Formats: sequence, C-alpha cells, structure tokens
Amino acid sequence: MSANLTFPKGGVHPPELKGLTEKLAIEVMPLPDELELILGQHIGAPCTPTVKRRDEVSEGALVAEVTKGLGVPLHAPAAGSIKALGSSAHPLRVSAPSITIKTNPEAAPATWEVQEDWRQSTPEELLKKVHDAGIIGIGGAGFPTHVKLKPPADSPVDTLLLNGAECEPYITADHRTMLEKAEEVVEGGKILLKILGIKTCVIGIENNKPDAITAMSSAVAAATEAGFDIRVVALEVKYPQGSEKQLIQAITGRKVPSLALPSAVGVVVHNVSTTRAVRDAVVLSKPLIEKVITVSGRGINRPANLLVKVGTKVSDIVEFCGGVKPDLARIVLGGPMMGFAVSTLDIPVTKTTSSVLFLTEDEIDSRELSNCIRCGWCLEACPMGLEPKEIGIYVEAGRPEDTAQFGVFDCFECGSCAYVCPAKRPLVQFVRLAKMKAKR
Amino acid sequence: MWNVSVSPHVRSNESVDKIMWTVVACLVPPLLLSVFVFGVQVLLITAVSVISCMAVEAISQKLLGREVTVKDGSAALTGMLMAFVIPPGVSFLIPILGAVMAIYIGKHLMGGLGYNIFNPALLGRAFLLATFPVAMTSAWLPPLTDGAIFTYLSSGVDAISTATPLAVLKEQGMLAFREAFGSPAEVYPSFFLGWRPGCIGETSGLLIVLGGIFLMYKRYITWHIPVSMLGTMAVLTWIFGGDTLFSGDPLLAVLTGGALLGAFYMATDYVTSPSTRTAQLVYGIGIGALTVLIRIKGGYPEGVCYAILLMNPLSSVLDGWFKPKRFAPPAGGEK
Repeated sequence: MSANLTFPKGGVHPPELKGLTEKLAIEVMPLPDELELILGQHIGAPCTPTVKRRDEVSEGALVAEVTKGLGVPLHAPAAGSIKALGSSAHPLRVSAPSITIKTNPEAAPATWEVQEDWRQSTPEELLKKVHDAGIIGIGGAGFPTHVKLKPPADSPVDTLLLNGAECEPYITADHRTMLEKAEEVVEGGKILLKILGIKTCVIGIENNKPDAITAMSSAVAAATEAGFDIRVVALEVKYPQGSEKQLIQAITGRKVPSLALPSAVGVVVHNVSTTRAVRDAVVLSKPLIEKVITVSGRGINRPANLLVKVGTKVSDIVEFCGGVKPDLARIVLGGPMMGFAVSTLDIPVTKTTSSVLFLTEDEIDSRELSNCIRCGWCLEACPMGLEPKEIGIYVEAGRPEDTAQFGVFDCFECGSCAYVCPAKRPLVQFVRLAKMKAKR
Repeated sequence: MWNVSVSPHVRSNESVDKIMWTVVACLVPPLLLSVFVFGVQVLLITAVSVISCMAVEAISQKLLGREVTVKDGSAALTGMLMAFVIPPGVSFLIPILGAVMAIYIGKHLMGGLGYNIFNPALLGRAFLLATFPVAMTSAWLPPLTDGAIFTYLSSGVDAISTATPLAVLKEQGMLAFREAFGSPAEVYPSFFLGWRPGCIGETSGLLIVLGGIFLMYKRYITWHIPVSMLGTMAVLTWIFGGDTLFSGDPLLAVLTGGALLGAFYMATDYVTSPSTRTAQLVYGIGIGALTVLIRIKGGYPEGVCYAILLMNPLSSVLDGWFKPKRFAPPAGGEK
C-alpha cells in the first residue's frame, strides 16, 4: 500500500466533521408509510411508469422503465399499492414526476438470496443484470452504471478505480459501507472487472478512514483470486479528492483531457457503494431499491448512518432521528460542498442522495457577497486551473457569453473557489450562469 | 421555510474584513516605532490620514448611492499606508487632501473596492507630491535618539529638516553619504532598525519584514512579489548603482527609501497586483527595475512609489499573459 496519493493542483481542506457519524454502525430505518419514487433518478430522460393507480406491487417489482435515451428501470422499494402517479418536491427541478407507493406493513420483507455463481455468466449477461437492476452512480452523479461499463471501442480500458475517497465533509455512508460490507464491495469490484474484461482494480480511500482502509485491505487479501489484481491505496485528505478527474490523476497519474471521459485515458471509475449495489444486483438479483445515507449536522437530534428505501421522505427521516433542533438553519441533500439546499421536508431520497444534512447557523455561512478584491485565492484553490474570479466578474458585468476563455466548461462545480473566497462570492452560481450562456 | 442558497454551504472563515484589519494590525508596530524615531506627531498625521480616508469612503459611497462598507478596513488600510509614505514633518492637514484623491477619485470613481487600477495610498502620495512638492520633499526629520518624542511637536519642525539617505546619495554621492550617516557597519543596523530620515512608516525594515513574514504565514501574501522586487533592486543596484559597473551597494538599496514597505505592503495589494504566481514574479521584477531606473537616472531620489504606480495597470495584462495552468487541454487542442 503506497501512502497518501493526491492530485497536485488546487484543492481545499474544509473541516471534516465526520466525527458525528463515523463510529455509528449502519441502522436499518423502519419502512415508512409512503414512498415517493422520482421517475428521473438518473441523468437522462425520466422513466415511464409501467403501473397504474391502485396496482399492488411487490418489493423489487418493476414500476417504471426506460422508453427513450439513457437510463435504467425503477423498482418498487417495498411491497404496497400505487397511491398516485403525480409529482414530488425535487431539490433541483422544484417538482418532478413521481410514483407514490403506499407501503404494506403486513407484507414480509423480500428475501434476497445468492443466485448461481456469477463467474459462470458472460460479461454481456452481467451487464444486462446491472442495467435491469436500475444501477446508477449513487455517489452523487447519477450516471447509468451500465453505460460506463461499455467504454467506446476506440478507447480501451485497462484500470478500474473504486472511489472510496468520500471527500465531502460530514458524509460517512461510503465509510461505513466499506467497513461493514468490505467483502461485498470487493466482490462487486471483481464483477466490474469481469464485465470490463480487465484485471486491474485500485480502491482509493482517503486516509481519514484508516479502519476502512484496513477492512478493505483485509477483504482484498482474503479474496485473492487468479485473474484479479486488486489493491487498496490511501489518499491524502484533500477536497475534492473524490472528483473523478482528480482521483484518476492521484492514483494513475493520468490526466483526463477537457470534455473527455475517463475511458479516454483507459480508466473507469465507480463509487464503492455503487460497486456494492452491482454485487447485490448480480449475486442476489436485487434491484437498487435502498441505500445507505448519512444523516448528520448539529441541527438533528440523533445523527446516524441509515439504510433507507429509495423514496423515503426527509420528514420520515427527521422523525426517526428524533426531530430537528430549534436552531436548524439549512437542510442540504448531499454534501456541504456540492449538495443542494432544500426548502421542504417533503422531499424524497433518491438513488443519488448520499446524505441529508441538518445544519445550524454556526455551521453554514450566510455572509453576503462583496466586490472581488482579486486576491487570487480561487485560482490557487481550483483543481482544474481555471479563473473563477474572472468568470464571476464577467457574469456580474453582464458578459457571461465571454467566459469560455476561462475554462468554464471544465468546471465541475466542486465549490473550492467559493469555499476560500474572502469576499463570499457565489462563484459556483456565477459559473452555472456562465455555462448557460457561454459559447463552447 | 429554511435558508436556501447555492453550494458550497460551508465556507472558510476568512473574509475581506479580516484580511484588511490584519494588515492594518501588522502596520501598528512600525507606527509605534516611528513615534520613537520621529516623535509623537506621526501618530497625529496617521490618525488624520486614517480617519479622513474612512470618512471620505463613507461620504463617497453615500454620494454614489452605494452601500457604505467603511467597516471592511480597506479605507483604514489605505489611510495607514498613505501616512506611512508621507514625511514626518508635514502639516496635519496634508493627509486630508490625500484622502480625497486616494479614496474618492482613486477608488470610488473607478468603481469601488476591487475595481481601482492604481494603489490608492500611492495615488494619494503621488498627488500630494505634485501639490505640495516642497513639504513632501523636505519635511524630513533627523531621528530622535533620546526618546524625547514631544521634541518636534513643541519646537516645530521648520528649522531642523534634514535630507534622506537616498537624496544625499543621489545629489552628493557616496562620500557625503558616509560622512552624514556613517560607515557601512554603522549604517546597515541602524537603517534596518529604523533610525534614519525617511517617511513615517518606511524606515523600520525589521518590523516591516516581520509583519510581512506574519502575512506570509497567514497566507495573505506570498513571497513572489517582495522577493522578485527586492531581488531585482539588489542586483540592478549592484550592477549599475556604483561609480563603476558591479560596484553598487545592493543591501543599501533595499534598506533605504520605501523599498521594504513597498515590497511587502504596497506591491502586494491584491486589487492592483497580478493573481498568478508567474505574473507576480514578472510584476515584482518590473517594479524593482523601474525603481532602480528612477533612483539612478530619474529626477527623484526615490522611485518605489512611481514604479508601483507604473506597474499597477499592467497587472491584468500580466494575468492575461501568464494564465494558470489548466488541468488538461481538450484532446484536440484548445480552440
């Protein structure tokens, strides 16, 4: 195990604040009365429902499928009846079409058992299982996993990276998954290797999770098998270590060109929790219907790592976690650096929700923006070598269309620039505005 | 229902106010030392300068219909720095006029904090030099060595003005300099500690450097501009500053005039200096070269103020030439 790899340029060190939940074992949250399944869980066109109102569904049954574009089908997270085909609150789109399931507390939970040995299946059969189980990148990006497992023919892949960096503050869901389900993650890694037809897999974990590094290393050692070359590497604690391009550079030294996919440098990256979902999909034929999320922040009474059904509403999570504190100021789905603040508790967890954070006034920063003083700290912080200050100044001056020169399309909105900005400028917001208007 | 805003939701606890007031705090030790060197009237001049800069800032912002941000410390810093580059024997009223130039014209008419092209404090000084040429070039005081800090306040300053080391050096040459200030072994330590004629805040090399090191430790400034500027000055003075080539005194070049104050506190002003490291190095070299050029060939004994003002407008040009290195260009090359 080599020590503390990292990307060389930029990055920031926000307080990690993982102590609230890192020692808490994953708890299974009891089934809520209702689940709201947003039809567009992944990047791409939303699914089309295959059920009608009042239909009875069993756990894991198909409820919506892909009719156009990229995507994966959607399954009932629990047995129950379809209460409505309507819409739900959504962190980005305000509201989004969804299926509401009234769960049946009487129904016995489905038992997912080991099917035949996946080693006997062909890569194509395994890939179909990944697609049919509705697997998408659940680390946050929501890109359909089966698409990433079919790299373009002109860019052969030689390395699979499993992303266990979990560089966002607060979140410990991947940490607990690696600690408690290390064998399953490693088996998932082998399945991905078989689908890709390669043998090299590197699992990258930030070294603020030494127990996860140990657990994963032992699981890898115990599962040594001819044809699979898997190893674990420790990464320096630096945000955004878990960003795809930064992770690839840290581990392999390769740089993914602007606007290109990782396969352009022979690499495919999957999140460790996605990898475990792939394992469940292939080994248990279990669709992606539940996920581990971190409930944290000083505004919730009982922080926890929870296994929740997809579609569980934040209001149910709040109730299960003992309610919110009076000084709660902001609720964030996802991490504090890249997550989305929401205005309502009626919002459902999707496959890509990694955490729900309840932040108090002390934890957030509501200071107003002031003029850019051109200190250049954003240039130092940007891992992509961009010029956030210039993008902000151009957008404020009403010239967002002229920002391509500052590399606005390379920005993946990690927020490092806005994190360090002493003038508290909403640089990520400026970039988003610029991206809408800039000419490629 | 709850506070909704764009990510990131956590931000570092640095702020413009914190940076500005920290820099102001770093200037307090040199100011206190200046009281011992030039007398208590320097406190009054500095106070007038700071208060008038803050007042002009508040009035300007009111007049221009902008939010009043005088608490952010930037005007206080300008006032402090402007006083630091004024001779210690001038009238208390001089900084008031300088403040109008620095803050109203130099800063707010250019768009306010962040949009000024020239360093406001130096613009104020340049303006005062043009409007009060006699006071600004002759109100020098010999350093006090007896701790009688009220001397100049009670006796007045007209009768006892002196000349700065750079002026003596320029107008009368090295021999006269030695006669007036002593041998190199005597000059270097006393100049470094601050006992030499000069502007209010520019004489104490030691405290200026210590403040600069503290700002580097806080990561508010980096070494690039001070080192490239002072290094260039030292090298060029060594080559061209003596009677023959390669006979100049590089250490004296750095310890005289406003070199150290300019290098650590003026040239590193965020708004008017470049942001990328390479551009900062070029910028510092430019300031150093122009300073030596003015000192040796120009009409003034000291050139730091004009050298920085001349390089200020090139900052954005330099940033355009030396852009940060992008992560990886597109596969087909940049369009």
